[in-house]
Amino acid sequence: MRVRPVLGGMVWRSQAVAFRDSHGLPATPLDRATLHYEWLPVLGCTRTMSKQMTLDFASAKAQKAKSADAPPTSKNRNDDVMPPDKPTRSRNGSSGKNEKSVAEKMASQQREISISEFFAKNRHLLGFDNKRKSLLTTVKEAVDNSLDACEEARILPKLHVEVTQTGEETFRVLIRDNGPGIVKAQIPNIFGKLLYGSKFHRLKMCRGQQGIGISAAGMYGLITTGKPIRVISRTKRNKAHLYEIAIDTKKNRPDIMLDQEVEVDWPHGTEVVIDLVATYNRGRQSIDEYLEQTAIANPHAEISFVSPTGEHVMFPQASKELPEETREIKPHPHGIELGVLMKMLKETESSQVGAFLQREFSRVSPTVCRTVCEAAKITQRTWVKQIDSHGAERIFKAFQKARIMAPSTDCLAPIGGRQILAGLLKGLKAEFYTATSRSPTVYRGNPFQVEVGLAYGGDLPGDQGARLIRFANRVPLLYQQSHCAVYKSVLDSNWRSYGVPQSNGALPQGPLVIMVHFASVWVPFTSESKEAIADYDEIRKEVGLAVRECARKLQIFIRRRKRTDREGERRSAFLRYIPEVASALQAITGADRNRVMDQLTEIARLRTELADRELDEDGQIIKKRVRKDQLDDEHTVIVERDPADSKSDLFEPEDNRIIKRGVKSPRAGRKTKKTARSRKGR
Amino acid sequence: MGGSKDAKGGRSKAKAGDDKARGSTNERIVSMAEAVVKQIEAADNPSLDVPLRTLSNVEFNTKKRIIELGSSRASRPFFDLGNAKRFMQTMLMSSELLKLQEQQKTASIRDMFYHCKHTIEGAKEETFNDQSESDPVIEDIEVSIGALREELRVFANPAGAMVGPMTIRDTGDEITLNRMGSGGWAVPSIVEPHVIQFLQCKAKFILLIEKAAIWMRFNEDRFWEKHKCMIVHGGGQPPRGVRRLCHRMVNELKLPIYVLVDNDPWGYYIYSVVKQGSINLAYESMRMAIPSARFIGMSSYDAAEFNISPSVFLRLNDKDIQRAKEIRNYPWFAARPWQREINHMLKLGVKLELEALSNKDFSFIADTYVPQKLKKKKWLD
Repeated sequence: MRVRPVLGGMVWRSQAVAFRDSHGLPATPLDRATLHYEWLPVLGCTRTMSKQMTLDFASAKAQKAKSADAPPTSKNRNDDVMPPDKPTRSRNGSSGKNEKSVAEKMASQQREISISEFFAKNRHLLGFDNKRKSLLTTVKEAVDNSLDACEEARILPKLHVEVTQTGEETFRVLIRDNGPGIVKAQIPNIFGKLLYGSKFHRLKMCRGQQGIGISAAGMYGLITTGKPIRVISRTKRNKAHLYEIAIDTKKNRPDIMLDQEVEVDWPHGTEVVIDLVATYNRGRQSIDEYLEQTAIANPHAEISFVSPTGEHVMFPQASKELPEETREIKPHPHGIELGVLMKMLKETESSQVGAFLQREFSRVSPTVCRTVCEAAKITQRTWVKQIDSHGAERIFKAFQKARIMAPSTDCLAPIGGRQILAGLLKGLKAEFYTATSRSPTVYRGNPFQVEVGLAYGGDLPGDQGARLIRFANRVPLLYQQSHCAVYKSVLDSNWRSYGVPQSNGALPQGPLVIMVHFASVWVPFTSESKEAIADYDEIRKEVGLAVRECARKLQIFIRRRKRTDREGERRSAFLRYIPEVASALQAITGADRNRVMDQLTEIARLRTELADRELDEDGQIIKKRVRKDQLDDEHTVIVERDPADSKSDLFEPEDNRIIKRGVKSPRAGRKTKKTARSRKGR
Repeated sequence: MGGSKDAKGGRSKAKAGDDKARGSTNERIVSMAEAVVKQIEAADNPSLDVPLRTLSNVEFNTKKRIIELGSSRASRPFFDLGNAKRFMQTMLMSSELLKLQEQQKTASIRDMFYHCKHTIEGAKEETFNDQSESDPVIEDIEVSIGALREELRVFANPAGAMVGPMTIRDTGDEITLNRMGSGGWAVPSIVEPHVIQFLQCKAKFILLIEKAAIWMRFNEDRFWEKHKCMIVHGGGQPPRGVRRLCHRMVNELKLPIYVLVDNDPWGYYIYSVVKQGSINLAYESMRMAIPSARFIGMSSYDAAEFNISPSVFLRLNDKDIQRAKEIRNYPWFAARPWQREINHMLKLGVKLELEALSNKDFSFIADTYVPQKLKKKKWLD
């Protein structure tokens, strides 16, 4: 995780705490949202831990922190609900005669667990379930970080990913970017501490969310191979620094093994090397697929990849346009959880409720503020400190009832129709491409936007189900497809009515790739490993609408292609038989075979062209212009490719050309025809 | 025994027509192709006009009592996806048939299929996939140039045999048909006067039997000797050779013909094909159909008449019943006795094979059944 230097680490000290992704569930009652935590000041700065903490563990037993450098702060307002020091029953405690001695015995076993320790044991929560997935997750975390860093620094990303096999089951992952680099002092914390990052505390559209990823990957590597994570980073005008960092899982802090200045031949950027136990496979859910899809969703990025088998794959830059810089937004009252509200109350710098509401939330106008306060039976001048948990609950309920404007949506940076096309053209050899970008909407107070791209025909495999590729904030989602709202929406669309076969409860069949991008300041994942998007009605509806919009264009294309296929078949049937007829006529009448052939070919051309021009599939005469307009939009590209057997090569043998309708260039801003992809080699 | 003199039409007349047609077969193929070339020169869609060979385009000529081809013609344009291949096949077949004429050879329709079958250049397609494609093409050519199959020098697989007190000359060889042993003389496909000539005939009538097995019974019992007749079989539906030969014998030798078939709808239909001609070959009815043919058996009334045990009856199945109802509606079965016959069969709901008569005695059919029916003139016309 790229970082800002103002963050806090923390230690959990919770009693059978069960708290979950605040967005995965409806507003939780008080008892569920009871958190006990203490703050570890890091770099002298204590900050709120979590607006949206997404951890899901049920029975983490912990006791008071022993860390010398982490004196507990006494800000906990929830003591009245569940005292933090109340001892819990130990499951493995022996049945002692004396109550007290048992408790003491248990107490001797009770100690703090650090977040690193917790995740070291529960690494499946972070996507390190198995060796194969571990490799992918490692690459993914590093790539996501690099892309985020580059974009934030407004640099067009150039990434180099290299995976080499160092032993039977050990691999070395190297990722180098051309990002801004990381300040020397921050490197150990970013790579050696879990939950340390810049992205957690803000509502902004970016890839990373929690600050767990890269340090978890380093930790996984350390656990499995004993080798520390190796980071070389160089900021502009400074020398590069090499660090070797091991994570101290007990204390959740970095152990610096090596710290030296090194010479590198790149001006700025970061290189991360992680050794880990893994297995490498190609195909579905592999690094190859992940990078391919990343390239589709990030046409502005250049990614080169050296696989363990030594192949060098290059995903070139397809666009010079960086995604628009996104604005950070304040939480919207409708998207807030009670626990989060209480935490915000605790940590706000405002002293009165009115100021708190208007300052800390988006779209809370004075009018809204007044209404909310009235409903919560408090005044705007009430001191924030006086609000107890019941008061907080009243405010929370008032929020839900109040009519509040939807949040502003300029915090989103969609990929955009053109860029999606550029990405699809870059990654897939299809015939028909279309894309659509819905306008932003809101789910539970969080703005989000859905974009869909379709590719059809060409080299795509036609004998199986369509391929659905999902993205959340430009990050490919490779696992848990069937649990994802996107998948369900695609399934629910009636593809048969768009000319694509689909059996019940399955993806449509055919040479089809459906790409769905979900952009939001907060992506509601169903779990920490960020694999599936939660099933909100609003999300499902938007995805459905976008998918169907593309499907309609596809339908027009399919219908038209069927007709031209039929016409081509007609023509090619005639062309096939002409030599036979000419030979027979020569044998019978002595007429010149070549002459007869030429004449017949000419008649065939005239006749089939006539049909081309005048008839649609019902045999009705229709005007060409009307038909043309239907696909004449800026977000549709048709690449003409020769059919596999190139039957009709008597006519126009060089027919592999691109027809672009309305698209000046899928590479926005540049007039180029390089996106034309013709397969002359076939 | 009926030797009535109702057959008309002289041999000379038929011969003259045949000669004329034969002489121009080549020319007609050439002129058909030349018309096509002309159309191509004019940048028209080249097409062939082929008389339709469907039920809708056949008429039952009540006066001549034969099935005739109507006047409808189907246009087969090349530049029409449904017809392109058939057009190509027709042209290909025509050129090969012309070669056959020039080389003065005859070939079976299966020969022609193999002769014309090859892979189309630059495609994975065959000119003809199987014989069921080439046979109709040959028929198309026959009809559209008005030439007979024999004139095109092609023939189908021969089937059928004949014995009886008669001498013929077959391609120069004199053959005495009462000395043919148990197998009989195999009737060839082409029985035109230039191949087969009738030399001497002592027979008084012809008995056309549906099945070879029953014909064997009649031959073994030397039925033809006792009754002075020719016995012929066609192995089920009689092929053109057999029908044409019978037609010639009836017309040229003025012999009456009796048809002996199973008592089922298919038997009735075989009789009707012999008598009026078939729908598919309606264009050849003139020289195939024998309007004077008589249906000697088996009739649906025979079971009662001859006291046949019900245990040899077969139940009519759904297909039989459907077929019976169909042929009941054909105009050539419109006569009252035929309606009675068919309805009676439907009423009984059973059919009867010729072999069923063996239930009484092996030779019952030859010794008793047929002679008795002939004697009592129990036939249908």
